Amino acid sequence: MPRTLTINGQEISARSDQTILEAAQDANIRIPTLCHLDGLTDVGACRMCLVEVAGASKLLPACTTRVQEGMQVQTDTERLRAYRRQIIELLFAERNHICAVCVANGHCELQNAGIAVGMDHVRYDYLFPKLGVDLSHERFGMDHNRCILCTRCVRACDQLEGAHTIDVMGRGAHSLIVHDMNVPWGEATTCTSCGKCVMACPTGALFKQGSTVAEMVHDAEKLAFLKAARERKVWNV
Amino acid sequence: MGKLRFASVWMGGCSGCHMSFLDLDEWLFDLAEAVDVVYSPVADVKTFPEKVDVTLVEGAIANQDHLELIHVIRKNSRLVVSFGDCAVTGNVTAMRNLIGEAEIVLDRAYKDAQLLRPQVPHDDGIVPPLIERVVPVHAVIPVDLYIPGCPPPAKRIRAVLQAVIEGKSPEMIGREMLKFG
Ligand code: SF4
Ligand code: SF4
Ligand code: SF4
Ligand code: FES
Repeated sequence: MPRTLTINGQEISARSDQTILEAAQDANIRIPTLCHLDGLTDVGACRMCLVEVAGASKLLPACTTRVQEGMQVQTDTERLRAYRRQIIELLFAERNHICAVCVANGHCELQNAGIAVGMDHVRYDYLFPKLGVDLSHERFGMDHNRCILCTRCVRACDQLEGAHTIDVMGRGAHSLIVHDMNVPWGEATTCTSCGKCVMACPTGALFKQGSTVAEMVHDAEKLAFLKAARERKVWNV
Repeated sequence: MGKLRFASVWMGGCSGCHMSFLDLDEWLFDLAEAVDVVYSPVADVKTFPEKVDVTLVEGAIANQDHLELIHVIRKNSRLVVSFGDCAVTGNVTAMRNLIGEAEIVLDRAYKDAQLLRPQVPHDDGIVPPLIERVVPVHAVIPVDLYIPGCPPPAKRIRAVLQAVIEGKSPEMIGREMLKFG
């Protein structure tokens, strides 16, 4: 059964199993996202996609909320814009993002999100946590200083590669991405070195060894292609 | 309209932002028509003057001298502009914060990394003492405008200064104006 709803006043129809985000994408309405990646299941971790739904007391993440008949959704209000800028500033304050010396400079979804929300400075105190860089894998590296804990790598490794090498350890801002039972990546025996986690990463946290400043271009879109090719035998997008 | 009193200062930065400023090339002649440079690393002025209209601050706040001067700058300037990523975020200058506080950083630089006569220079009045943690300018004083970039491209600097000269607030929107790094 198709559902009819409005997004920013525009009437659209969607399948009943679609999320607000998917329905918006089909109608060419852009909702900002960070932890969402086409081809992976959604977890609602980053809160960038929060939208206002008439009658709901809370803001709802568009990526994990299913459409309903008669829903009235607002995606770009003053209040949402203010929250989105706060989220991005907090991500910058929480770890050590130094774009000038980052492998992903110029190709980073977090950097782009900063531009999109109009961030000209960060109003929160920087935490400067002491975090490491894992270069034990022969082909890839992991820089915890640039990780925003979106878990796209975790899901890519689990859902597309089927290896489930990557997990999250700890809680809140102290969470860390780990490999196998928290061993150096190079010693993780379940890792097939497929590189899907690196493709999925929105920031400079995962990179190919040997990349220097601004050289690391991720191929996040290729993962959706891969999934469509496997499941629906669709080979061109 | 009289000429604006213009200043620029070099704090905890590499001078790259000032280099980018010099990349304004011919437009510097137009700028010279509109402003009087009353203080700058490229002008031989010893003390920060009073009644300055606009001051560009390059670099983070990293040592005692920066900390003292930035308060004078705030008191004497109508507009304080954080000029470049080090001023806006701490950037590369603040990477020492990841090692620890001042003493640990000095040990790392002057003792751990030295084979011959490792010692931290302590002569008073020669080099200003480091403050414990490097911070962006707006962590110490209120800042009016921010120009991100490491360094900010000359076009971005020009767009901001042009607006300031015309008495408008610059439109800090989009990649051209806001990309860090
Ligand atoms: S990961 Fe992105 S936001 Fe973070 S330092 Fe690198 S380019 Fe900047
Ligand atoms: S390289 Fe492949 S198998 Fe190894 S951690 Fe990344 S996604 Fe998992
Ligand atoms: S390493 Fe990259 S993909 Fe994985 S959680 Fe961190 S930012 Fe996300
Ligand atoms: S994209 Fe929906 S919560 Fe991250």
